[in-house]
Amino acid sequence: MQVEVDVPKCVASGQCVLIAPDVFDQRDEDGIVVLLDDSPPVEQYAAVRESALVCPAAAITVSER
Amino acid sequence: MNRVVVVGASAGGLATAESLRRLGFSGDLTLVGAEASPPYDRPPLSKQILTGELTAAQVELRSAEQLDELALDLRLGVEATGVDLATRRLSTTKGAIGYDALVVATGVRPRSLPGATGASGVHFVRTLDDALGLKESLQPGQRLVVVGAGFIGAETAAVARSLGVEVTMLEPEPVPLARALGEQVGLAFGALHREHGVDLRTEVAVREILNDGSRVTGVRTAEGGVVPADAVVVGIGSVPNVEWLQGSGLSLGDGLLCDEFSRAAPDVYGVGDVARWTNPLFGVSMRIEHRTNAAEQGLAVARNLLEPGAGKPFAPVPYFWSDQYDRKLQAYGYLRDHDEIAVVAGDLRSPSFVAAYRKGEVLTGVVAGNAGPKVLRGWRAAIARQQPWRDVEAGPGQLDARSGGAGAARTGGAQLRTVDRMQRPGVF
Repeated sequence: MQVEVDVPKCVASGQCVLIAPDVFDQRDEDGIVVLLDDSPPVEQYAAVRESALVCPAAAITVSER
Repeated sequence: MNRVVVVGASAGGLATAESLRRLGFSGDLTLVGAEASPPYDRPPLSKQILTGELTAAQVELRSAEQLDELALDLRLGVEATGVDLATRRLSTTKGAIGYDALVVATGVRPRSLPGATGASGVHFVRTLDDALGLKESLQPGQRLVVVGAGFIGAETAAVARSLGVEVTMLEPEPVPLARALGEQVGLAFGALHREHGVDLRTEVAVREILNDGSRVTGVRTAEGGVVPADAVVVGIGSVPNVEWLQGSGLSLGDGLLCDEFSRAAPDVYGVGDVARWTNPLFGVSMRIEHRTNAAEQGLAVARNLLEPGAGKPFAPVPYFWSDQYDRKLQAYGYLRDHDEIAVVAGDLRSPSFVAAYRKGEVLTGVVAGNAGPKVLRGWRAAIARQQPWRDVEAGPGQLDARSGGAGAARTGGAQLRTVDRMQRPGVF
């Protein structure tokens, strides 16, 4: 799994950090997403997919290949 | 369960369809959308689409390839016209579709005003085409009248001012954003707009939109005055799209009425702006018109739909944000009908603040301006665990809760108490 974040689209909601804190973080100053792991281990897949789904800015793209 | 039909192809409908596939549903999945465009994101319409920071292509929710991977029967430009629960058939403007489970995600439409149709220059900022049309009108020196100082109106006004547009914002209530945020926070936002040069006029209702036969010329207020305009934005709330369900046997009120599982009837569910359901976390029936809720409810419904016997109540902490000038406003929880607002960090007239909302004896919401992520996460967690209000007053920053003391003020039904600055507001 490859994870990409579109930083200009991020609205700093922090939903991804709530769901997958090992994969996503937020910058302290403005809450914008920080991608911690762009190819997370398999046990993170479900959480990463859920993060992409509920991201209110549609800023997370998951590619499964 | 071989055929699932999702009606509504915006954020909620798409999230439901995508979740169904992710959860392993391999049957026929039909996504019906009234608009001709593939699913796109609406929050940027009153923000980055108007500023030009994002293009139309950038607000598409999924690429064509990603949609293909979902193996959907995607029917765009098709409107649902009715449903027969007994025979499990959806009727549309382009024929009937049988289903085993039905998801209603038809959203809302903006409230309108007399004179709004038939002339150019009137915008609702609900659809991408409309927002792109408005963007063309936002030229320096042009006169924009914004009817309604809710989020659509306030965000649009903020962008317009940044582009040098003359903005008059008319609000029927005494305080802008009061219904959503409470009077005190609303007052602060009203002041912010005035500081940025918006001619904000409260307690002014609009009776009709005026035009010269082809183009808008202004609006007429309830008292008969005319406010001239080169363009008008109508942001006076929205109406759930449920008329097509009338006579179906489904319960309709302000939205499609659902239980705590977001279920309206056996194998019929509601998702997003259109769905009114009971949120057990707050114990109230709510209908949430926020982007995040649409996706979260889509996921919850996909789970419940596939395993109705193991259904889980949908009990989210609602979240929304709003961008206005240099402020990013973020809110968690349920703010309506609150009993009290306490400003627990900063003050409402500064860009950075945290305001906590009480209902009964429990913390039910928080609104923060330009707050750091760790602060917000702490507050969200506190709302999710129904933190007693006394802990807000006596938080770890040794809050000096001067109840009824020097900081107390009364406006309308709710109390505002200014509590001393909290050192570490996110931590309980």
